Amino acid sequence: MTAAAAKSTAHSIVEASPRSRAVAGSLVILYAVITLLPMVWIVATAFKSQSDAIAYPPKVLFEPTLEGYVNLFTVRTRQTADFIAKLPPPSTWYDVIVRKHDMVIAGPSKVVPRFVNSLIIGFGSTFLAVFLGTLAAYAFSRFRIPLADDLLFFILSTRMMPPVAVAIPIYLMYRQLNLTDTRLGMILLYTAVNVSLAVWLLKGFIDEIPREYEEAALVDGYTRLQALRKVVLPQAVTGIAATAIFCLIFSWNEYAFAVLLTSGEAQTMPPFIPFIIGEGGQDWPAVAAATTLFVVPIVLFTVLLRKHLLRGITFGAVRK
Amino acid sequence: MAQIRVENLRKSFDQFTAVHGSNFTIPDGTFFAMLGPSGCGKTTTLRMIAGLELPTEGKILLDDEDVTFRRAAARDIAFVFQLFALYPHFNVAENIAFPLRCQGMSRRAIGERVQETARMLRIEHLLSSKTSKLSGGDRQRVALGRAMVRRPKAFLMDEPLGALDAEFRHLMCGELRDLHDRIKATTVYVTHDQLEAMSMADQIAVMNKGLVEQIGSPQEIYDRPASMFVADFIGSPSMNFLRFEGGLRSGDRAIRLQDANVAVPEVREDRASAPLVLGVRPEHVRFSDDALMRGKVFGAEYLGTTQIVTVDTANGRVAARLPSTANVRIGEAVGLVFQSERLTLFDAGSGLAIRSAIEGSVRHG
Repeated sequence: MTAAAAKSTAHSIVEASPRSRAVAGSLVILYAVITLLPMVWIVATAFKSQSDAIAYPPKVLFEPTLEGYVNLFTVRTRQTADFIAKLPPPSTWYDVIVRKHDMVIAGPSKVVPRFVNSLIIGFGSTFLAVFLGTLAAYAFSRFRIPLADDLLFFILSTRMMPPVAVAIPIYLMYRQLNLTDTRLGMILLYTAVNVSLAVWLLKGFIDEIPREYEEAALVDGYTRLQALRKVVLPQAVTGIAATAIFCLIFSWNEYAFAVLLTSGEAQTMPPFIPFIIGEGGQDWPAVAAATTLFVVPIVLFTVLLRKHLLRGITFGAVRK
Repeated sequence: MAQIRVENLRKSFDQFTAVHGSNFTIPDGTFFAMLGPSGCGKTTTLRMIAGLELPTEGKILLDDEDVTFRRAAARDIAFVFQLFALYPHFNVAENIAFPLRCQGMSRRAIGERVQETARMLRIEHLLSSKTSKLSGGDRQRVALGRAMVRRPKAFLMDEPLGALDAEFRHLMCGELRDLHDRIKATTVYVTHDQLEAMSMADQIAVMNKGLVEQIGSPQEIYDRPASMFVADFIGSPSMNFLRFEGGLRSGDRAIRLQDANVAVPEVREDRASAPLVLGVRPEHVRFSDDALMRGKVFGAEYLGTTQIVTVDTANGRVAARLPSTANVRIGEAVGLVFQSERLTLFDAGSGLAIRSAIEGSVRHG
């Protein structure tokens, strides 16, 4: 009995032993290295010259250059050395970089409008999906809705097949409605895909919030909508933040529909990035630069919402 | 403050009827308890009075004003929840101030009212605390404060002490009653705990399966139960039921049980021979060696000053509350005597009490 007791205190179930902690730590670090390595390589490639980028064996140490970024933001034309020699001396640092390769800048590239498209379509559809999803989830969670279970299943079932399976019908539909290659069309499409996810995720979060809060607010003088805004939403912030991140990641990264439905005006970054490589032949640094910039908003958004993801706002408020 | 009247109130959810046509009036300033087992419709009735559910049928009148379909916020009542429902993103003062803020009262006036309410509940020192740091009792005081601060027409409380531990519950019972005596607000209090209801309420409505079985003062309900359900639900241990067959005539003063004539309060109605039940509270049973009603001691449960002795008789098992000094042996044959003027007769079929000299003032729900 005493021996068993001594043994159990030596080997606590709750507290990890130093060895298991070391193993866990190194596994996490290994995982971080594996997942971050491609990212690091991309960021590095953006600063390589074109020949360094395709060098074999790959170069880990190289001379950094902004060539990739300059190429990403500009359209250039190749000229003869004589022509370039006759030009007035380069006025900006990027002119210097371009002329080294016997080229002159012909104008800005399309990357900025494409990036703006991505921002508008990504954040627009995320906002709509979370807004509609919150209202629907609240209704499903709080009201007696006829056939609620069937409706919820129907909403989920829209995600049961790969979205690309409906690409052709959607393309034909959009052509009829003049929605192809419009930002509005892309926002609607991504919202439709994301709403099902948003409803299900948010319903779970709202179910967790005790009804008594709203009922207390209703008795104290709020309308249903005020109670939702001032009492339910502050407590659902965690869920809303998580849902928004998932929705944004989907619409930000979406490729198949973007390729099919956009070509000019409303083209987003995912279908645009592969085009960059064609413009300059082997222009991997420009592609890497575009990819790096493409990742930044998602990282920022996640970092901004991180504190909401971690904070359990209802903790301790209700005795369960 | 207000009188609350409920007329033919009925509530159905799909197939299930939670409340079957309740009728009662709660006079101004009364502490009214709704008591019953879980699922008896007491909370649903309360929520309909509050405006959190809409009735399928019937009317609710606050001071003779029909509020049946009015929004909760427009009824000027306050609701106290079992789980307190304090807003976690506010501190104590903000929680108490919330109903006034909803009404758009000025900041100064709100501050004064909150102070005054906190003083009444003796929670002034907690005003700037986070609600999550409070003990259960203090949380319930804050919830009461939030209800009181608006000076509503009535307080509705849904098992407000249900989430507290036994010690706090006893303390809060006293505080609630004390508070009621000071502010004299009409209070509707839902509970499944008979001790809470008996110790605090002026009037108790006992509910069962969506029906109000009896309404009366705690004493009326205990001494003159209108039905077997009420008799069984109130009192611990509950009333003994001795089953027998017999007929009754108005004016009868005794019934025949085994070989014994048991004196009962004068019967006020005629009954053809039918299965009947004699109800006896355990404290109204005495042992007597020469009694004709016989039984055999089955067990004894020691409770300090008293003991509960169970006796098997031909009409069923009888519990008797005896002084703990009485010496009882298990298996011993004993004679039982009942205190005649405190007995109640029931119709075994309907479960309703048979009218007698003491039943005069009983109201059926």
